[in-house]
Amino acid sequence: MELTQKKVLEVKNLSCIRDDRVLFKGLNFCLRNGQVLLLEGKNGSGKTSLLRIICGFRMQDEGELRWCNTALKDSEYFAQIAYVGHLDGVKKELTVIENLKMSLALSQAGRYSITQALKKVKLAGYDNSLVQTLSAGQKRRLSLARLLMTKKSLWVLDEPFTSIDKEGIKLIESLMHEHIAQDGMIILTSHHDLNLVEKDLQKINLSTWH
Amino acid sequence: MALMTAFFAVIQRDLILAFRRRTEIANPVFFFILVVTLFPLGIGADLKLLQAIAPGIIWVSALLAVMLSLDSLFRSDFDDGSLEQMLLSPHPLTVLVFAKIVAHWLVTGLPLLLIAPLLAVFLGLPEQALGTLLITLVLATPVLSLIGSIGVSLTIGLRRGGMILSLLVLPLYIPVLIFASNAVEMAGNGLAVEPQINILIAIFFMSMVLAPLPAAAAVKMSIT
Repeated sequence: MELTQKKVLEVKNLSCIRDDRVLFKGLNFCLRNGQVLLLEGKNGSGKTSLLRIICGFRMQDEGELRWCNTALKDSEYFAQIAYVGHLDGVKKELTVIENLKMSLALSQAGRYSITQALKKVKLAGYDNSLVQTLSAGQKRRLSLARLLMTKKSLWVLDEPFTSIDKEGIKLIESLMHEHIAQDGMIILTSHHDLNLVEKDLQKINLSTWH
Repeated sequence: MALMTAFFAVIQRDLILAFRRRTEIANPVFFFILVVTLFPLGIGADLKLLQAIAPGIIWVSALLAVMLSLDSLFRSDFDDGSLEQMLLSPHPLTVLVFAKIVAHWLVTGLPLLLIAPLLAVFLGLPEQALGTLLITLVLATPVLSLIGSIGVSLTIGLRRGGMILSLLVLPLYIPVLIFASNAVEMAGNGLAVEPQINILIAIFFMSMVLAPLPAAAAVKMSIT
């Protein structure tokens, strides 16, 4: 997969207000190919809200987002996003394979096939188990497998390390390295100390943007 | 074509889900059968009277059965985040929502279609009206799912949207009810029913074209 086309996500003067409380105000940043943005901040500082604004699930109260110098409205942008949020977005009555096939039907095929992606996240052998029989960490791994098998250049990860074991954290970090090396972009929130030594790592602490 | 693949994948997924939650899916059908059988018990076995009100009974019960099942259209997808993932698909949400509506009709409307003629015979509906009953059901149960999808997509964000859903949707079902039950009644009396059928066809196509758009927009709104 090649993502050689230069892409850039610009955020200008963004504000988010929730129930009369200003979560952040005047937020600016710019994310290019091969860059990681780590959002930090206290609980309730608006990390998830910012991610949901970036995914288009929520409207910003002020400011604008631009993708490659055009406003976000065009659907091309949203097709570029892979979102892993608090909700896993998998159906518990379906098997692992059925879930992944569904995700594949909803987007373009990416670098890995379903079997390869499952092997990569250490879920091989669970192909035909119902998702409701998986543990919380395994469900997380499943939603990460979705990232690998669809062709998306911007990964938006909301606390990707929740309920994942130590070995899994290493795995996710290596997957993120790989995605960045392929010129992908990542925006994530995490309370874990990230083991990313990228030169292209930006950090934003939302608690300081009132 | 990728869009067609996605469309059929959504239908297939919803059908598999319906099959795995059989009990939930069977409920509207049993509800339909129960309500229809309650009427003869309530008003006695006066065949003339039953014959006269049979079209109305069947249609009102079908309406209520479909309405009861509407919540399942988006509820679980909303709760587990599947709708968010659909929003991020390169395919238009309208098409995906339409696929969900088609699947909903296949698991709720279609069983009603199969069971209704039997119940009509119980109620003593004249034989010559059975064909018309089936035609109206074929045309109008999809309309119930389509119109209902708008109401349910507006209310998924609310925890207890059940009551408001029926207040939103039932008034919109009135035209369907009027023309469908009137057609069955006319057919029972041996009269021509083309006008009613034509209007039902018009409603069917109109709601097929017009309902998925606002439903998709409302889904988007409910998520934000």
